[in-house]
Amino acid sequence: MSKHELNDDSVVVIVGSGAGGGTLANELCQRGLKVVLLEAGQRQSTATFHNDEWFAFNQLAWLDKRTTSGNWRIAKDFPNLPAWICKTVGGTTVHWAGASLRLKEHEFKTKTIYSDVKGANLLDWPITLADLEPYYAKAENKMGVTRTNDIPGLPGNNNFKVMYNGATRVGYKTVHTGRMAINSRPREGRSACWQLGFCFQGCKSGAKWSTLYTEIPKAEATGKLDLRPQSMVLQIQHDKSGKATSVLYADKDGNHQLQKARLVCVAGNSIETPRLLLNSSSSMFPHGLANSSGQVGKNYMRHTTGSVFGVFKEPVHMYRGTVMAGIVQDENGMNPSRGFAGGFELETIALGLPFAAAFLNPGAWGRDYASLLEDFPNMAGMWIVGEDMPQESNAVTLHPSEKDKFGLPIPNVHYDDHPNDIAMRNYAFKRGAAIYDAVGATRTVEVPPYPSTHNLGTCRQSELPRDGVCNKWGQTHDVKNLFISDGSQFTTSAGENPTLTIVTLAIRQADYIAEQCTKRNI
Amino acid sequence: MKRRDFLKTGALVVAGTAVAITGLIPEVRADAVPAFATLKPEEAETLLKMTRQIYPHSKLDDAAYWKVVKQLDTASQADPATAKLLADGVAQLNSSSSGKFAGMSDNQQLDALKGIENTPFFQKVQSVELASLYNDPAVWKALGYQGPAYSIGGYVHHGFNDLAWLPDPPESASPKPA
Repeated sequence: MSKHELNDDSVVVIVGSGAGGGTLANELCQRGLKVVLLEAGQRQSTATFHNDEWFAFNQLAWLDKRTTSGNWRIAKDFPNLPAWICKTVGGTTVHWAGASLRLKEHEFKTKTIYSDVKGANLLDWPITLADLEPYYAKAENKMGVTRTNDIPGLPGNNNFKVMYNGATRVGYKTVHTGRMAINSRPREGRSACWQLGFCFQGCKSGAKWSTLYTEIPKAEATGKLDLRPQSMVLQIQHDKSGKATSVLYADKDGNHQLQKARLVCVAGNSIETPRLLLNSSSSMFPHGLANSSGQVGKNYMRHTTGSVFGVFKEPVHMYRGTVMAGIVQDENGMNPSRGFAGGFELETIALGLPFAAAFLNPGAWGRDYASLLEDFPNMAGMWIVGEDMPQESNAVTLHPSEKDKFGLPIPNVHYDDHPNDIAMRNYAFKRGAAIYDAVGATRTVEVPPYPSTHNLGTCRQSELPRDGVCNKWGQTHDVKNLFISDGSQFTTSAGENPTLTIVTLAIRQADYIAEQCTKRNI
Repeated sequence: MKRRDFLKTGALVVAGTAVAITGLIPEVRADAVPAFATLKPEEAETLLKMTRQIYPHSKLDDAAYWKVVKQLDTASQADPATAKLLADGVAQLNSSSSGKFAGMSDNQQLDALKGIENTPFFQKVQSVELASLYNDPAVWKALGYQGPAYSIGGYVHHGFNDLAWLPDPPESASPKPA
């Protein structure tokens, strides 16, 4: 691993090492650029991961205090934990379940196609599916996505057997073990899936793609990467011309360091990314860096989610094997007759007993809840992931009074469910229950959303600078050497798990950055 | 009675309450009341009955709940504010006109707990119990959860697809394992 000097102003500084930042770092190193990768968390490995839900949560999750507001149930159940994402090298690719789905053509054009959804701040993406297709192909190959590149699907576990039989009995047609960035065969030095379960706790077999042990070591092998774990970025600084010049961060000992930069790419996930821009305000950028539109932090999206668990007379042991072991795709299209715009996927999900107790009905206690938990071995589970509506009032803002240990305002995350989100969730709950009823469920349970893992949209791409924060390359409209490189740049959320698209956008952004650097435009 | 086990505790926020996370589950014998550092015997007894009412499992004997009470005792020892919260909460539960909490009927206990379920005392006990009772391998065994399978090479050869009460999906939907 190489070491770049703090005063080296030829480096690209990337903030965050997850799906966006970790991928971008490798792609830029492969193109010969020098990269300083600043990651707030520590570096773990498959050897230090634990198949233990609480331990891993404390080891990997981003636990810095945040506040919440709005009518979403998260604000009641988890007022200081709006998001279940990671603070560790590899970011949330350590925690993600591996579902790798392309956005659909219509999902790039929701303002045009959904027409006016009252109260929604819809906008068409400045790019189309055709623009992304070549990069989706590269991402799928890089990540080893099953059912692409001649990679077989994963074998279904018990949880999938229940989903498959129920779903096909109610008439669904597209039901299979998904497109997963989990090796079904050994590939690129990583093993095939051991069916450990515990995908959320860091994959100890290394079968699941994570930048931690794919992109980052490849970038290190080029000699171009300087990865600095336990480095919390505090501020992006700029010169009189409004160009980003350096990044201020606190190192592992809490000492402030100032790293010069040719350009800066922010990939801190959709809460920390806008927070950093807002905390980088100056006399030239009084409302936050790259915020002439006023859209930094706005249009926060988190997908319309929820889970359905079914209890059966016979054992299922849903926790054995991959957590997202299968998918029902029939509901992911546009079909307004269901009473809402957008679509959703149904994907199996499983929790171990410790997290089942924590999440099946947060706050519940007493005989009925205990009796539900006694049915744990006979339980199957599925998760809803659907498109939620962007709303300008759903926003990440700086807390007016509370500060973190570095003296910077903590983020508040405000989210109100849109009526479209509620209609979709209620419909999906019923469909999920119907699937389990079709195979003899004795009880079905509608489970409210978990803290958000799909955080999106707070620095969105837009054709016009007034509508969003960055252009179709993730380059901010206001500061040409400042890029948004994570899910924050999503214009709308689409009804698909976002990681594949984040990786795809990062590969595409790397091409653009390399070209602009060669042309000396940046 | 074995020597007291040491507990590693971390902190996180769930439901707005700091939750003690167990690194190690203490060993407790089913037939013995454990010794406590800060809790008085009557307080411990009250908390035992209370933790049983919060998550009542007939499959579990008192040992499982004594471990939760030991966690509460450890939390009390570490933090005077927690010690006061628990002592005051127990005292209030035991000051009812129906008599001591431990002596009440099941339904009386339930009613008493419903009356305090929004208090910091109840939420502290519940959150500690949630994170420790269901994180105890002895409880997993009793409730039918097998937990981690890393040491046996995962579930790939240990029943991940052994469900036989429904037909197997076709290979197009669910390919055979490698």
